[in-house]
Amino acid sequence: MTNVESLIAHYREVLESVPLELATDWKKQHPGKKLVGCYPVYTPVELIHAAGMLPVGVIGAGNRLEIAHADSRFQSFVCSIVKSTLELGLTDRLKFLDGMVFHSICDPARNLASVFTRNFPDLMVEYIHFPQNMTSPHTIDYMVSEYKRLNTSYEQLSGKQVTDEALRQSIALYNTQRRLVRELYAIRRATPQNLSTVECYVLTRISTLLPPEQHIAILEEAIPQLRQRNEKPKDRIRVVLEGSFCEQPPIELLDGLESAGCYILDDDFLIGWRWFSEDISTEGDPIRNLANAYINHSVYSGVKHDTREPKSKHLIDKFRETGAAAVLILAAKFCEPALFDYALYKRALEKEGIPHLCLEFEEKMWIFDKARTEVETFVESMLFE
Amino acid sequence: MAQAAEAVKTSYQGQMHLLQKEMMGRYFERVTRAAEKGDGKAVYMLISGNPVELIQAFDLIPVYPEIDALQLAVKKSALPFILKAEELGYSMDNCAYVKADVGLFLGDRKTPFATIPLPSLILCNYVGCNVYLQWFEHLAEYCDGQLYNLDIPFLRDPSGQPSPEDLAYVVRQLEEVIEICEKLTGKKLDYARLKEIVSRSSETGEMWSRIKGLTKNIPSPFDAYFDSVTMMAPLYCLRGTEDGVRFFETALKEMEEKVRMGTGPLPEERFRFVIEGPPPWPYLRTFRDLFSKWGAVAVASTYSTVGGLWEFGFRHDANHPLESIAQHMLQWNVTNRNFLQRYQQIRRYVEEWHADALVIHSVKSCRLFSAGQGDMREYFTKELNVPTMLIESDIEDPRYFSEAQLKNRIDAFFESLEHKKILRAGAEAGGAA
Repeated sequence: MTNVESLIAHYREVLESVPLELATDWKKQHPGKKLVGCYPVYTPVELIHAAGMLPVGVIGAGNRLEIAHADSRFQSFVCSIVKSTLELGLTDRLKFLDGMVFHSICDPARNLASVFTRNFPDLMVEYIHFPQNMTSPHTIDYMVSEYKRLNTSYEQLSGKQVTDEALRQSIALYNTQRRLVRELYAIRRATPQNLSTVECYVLTRISTLLPPEQHIAILEEAIPQLRQRNEKPKDRIRVVLEGSFCEQPPIELLDGLESAGCYILDDDFLIGWRWFSEDISTEGDPIRNLANAYINHSVYSGVKHDTREPKSKHLIDKFRETGAAAVLILAAKFCEPALFDYALYKRALEKEGIPHLCLEFEEKMWIFDKARTEVETFVESMLFE
Repeated sequence: MAQAAEAVKTSYQGQMHLLQKEMMGRYFERVTRAAEKGDGKAVYMLISGNPVELIQAFDLIPVYPEIDALQLAVKKSALPFILKAEELGYSMDNCAYVKADVGLFLGDRKTPFATIPLPSLILCNYVGCNVYLQWFEHLAEYCDGQLYNLDIPFLRDPSGQPSPEDLAYVVRQLEEVIEICEKLTGKKLDYARLKEIVSRSSETGEMWSRIKGLTKNIPSPFDAYFDSVTMMAPLYCLRGTEDGVRFFETALKEMEEKVRMGTGPLPEERFRFVIEGPPPWPYLRTFRDLFSKWGAVAVASTYSTVGGLWEFGFRHDANHPLESIAQHMLQWNVTNRNFLQRYQQIRRYVEEWHADALVIHSVKSCRLFSAGQGDMREYFTKELNVPTMLIESDIEDPRYFSEAQLKNRIDAFFESLEHKKILRAGAEAGGAA
């Protein structure tokens, strides 16, 4: 059995240098296989997997890639992840991919899909329009048609017909993966002293880069070991973190946030890879089940506009359910969805008298002192109030 | 060195401008009466691919927060509202249209041009722009109002067409909007009336399209950016009404007359350019003059196709009113077309409207327009060899407008165009001799 600490240390090192190496290594071992890059936030990975391909999270380039070309295509006021993802392409680092999929999360990401189409003609670029009308009874039919279109597209790319049975199996597999990730999150929520946010993050992030079977095996080994841990809680405040659903903060920043005096009980990192609050049904029409899960059982998010309930209510519910003492908003610089959400969250949190702190980050940041100091000051103000 | 004519001030004020002032004045009076006397109900909508025909059919008042925001900017009164929104937690990096509107909405909603009524329905026609979804979500929360997200699938198929399922989905949603409006007004939809309105939209589209075709003439009879914006407000607020039809009849006649006379907006047309991106509303006149001094006229603009793209042949169809409203929203406006379709739209403008250059005005607020315009520049300069200039400011926030910097860039660009022109003329003369 692999020791969980060394497992996490190993993957952390990869994630902090060249995360995509996990996928390129796999490609080397499986030369005939096709890979499809998935831009955040959510992709119905089952459709790609059922066609015999591997979905891979292309979630920016972290803080180790210099942007030398992409900044002449996208302006200074566009977020880091758009530019770093394009830079990966322009520097031939996405050559191992056969396809790339974007969707309707925000205006820059939408234009990025077109820029990819023009600049990388060998890559099959797909664009999903996820519905933003969650109240119409006709939305589900639209969504089924959109998924069928995508399914056909992936059948063509892979050269393989996708049966309903294959799709059900992929759904079941990813259900297992998502269930294990939910378990991981439950451990941290209940005993944050036993599972740090960095550890939780590393174990989740690799789900975007490895075949699901392999990731499931890792979690099945890791989770029992984590349950054995019995650390003494430190004198920290407990918070829920919101706003990092697309671009990802550097791992060092997560370290810094916790050591500045917080336990993060819940967050929205990589939220699209754990998009559902429950298993997707494996009975009946699998495409309809995927569509229904999106409309009725997916988490709330800054990129999904569900008029049935205000977003801030969900944040406050999460705050109460976890028993947190404060909310930490961690928004990517220039991320319009997250920054707009903050205005609503701020209003709702103030109304409820919930303390909160808003920080901005960039995936390419190197210096964390300022963020750390702000969190320390915030924590102190809470501990000594 | 080529000398630009100094201080060419363009102050063309034809009949079309006067009629626009009068009609928009009446529109804003109606808006104000709704706010101050409760006379009529307001439906908030967004400009991109707006379905104003449905709203007109119920005698509801279309109110566009974008028009309110741009009016604030034009009247140089946007900044205090923007600052107020920033105090409430909106970021420096959020769209300033939204911030100006939120600042206005949370106050007494009084402006120099109208008092804005509270909405009876917040109809978020999500046509391309994702900020729209956030904007109306916020307004709905602030006033606890009824919000309907009218979801328009983005054009993503390589064919550039919506799928039959996309169309069906939009039509079904329009039917839901009709039900909501019926409840709101207590009236059943008068289908015959809707057909009449759609038929007037079709007429309007025909005239607007012909007007736009006129700028293919040399000289161009009007500026397809700075004068087109005058025609955009009636296109969105009055489309489908008799006033709307009358306005476009007048404008078409006036522009045709100018073509016959061989006159344009400037004493001499020396350069023809296509312009991409929204205008800097807070400094529109200043910005225009930077081009006018070079004798540069915009012959086509993408901004004038935000609310609808008619010059490539689309017309509303009174025999299929809902389907054609859906088609307009899905396919016939610049915002719901993908970025590469925009490249092709501009390419047609450059070729068919005989332009010398492309000017890209990149605005921070509107990332739908701007994000990736560097790639667009790359395409036009490297692939098509079209002289292209990219300049930056903002659509709403006066803090992002640097006149000196813009002047330097624009002067340098036209100087080099002029230089090329002289060289070309020299080569042609040499070749002839």
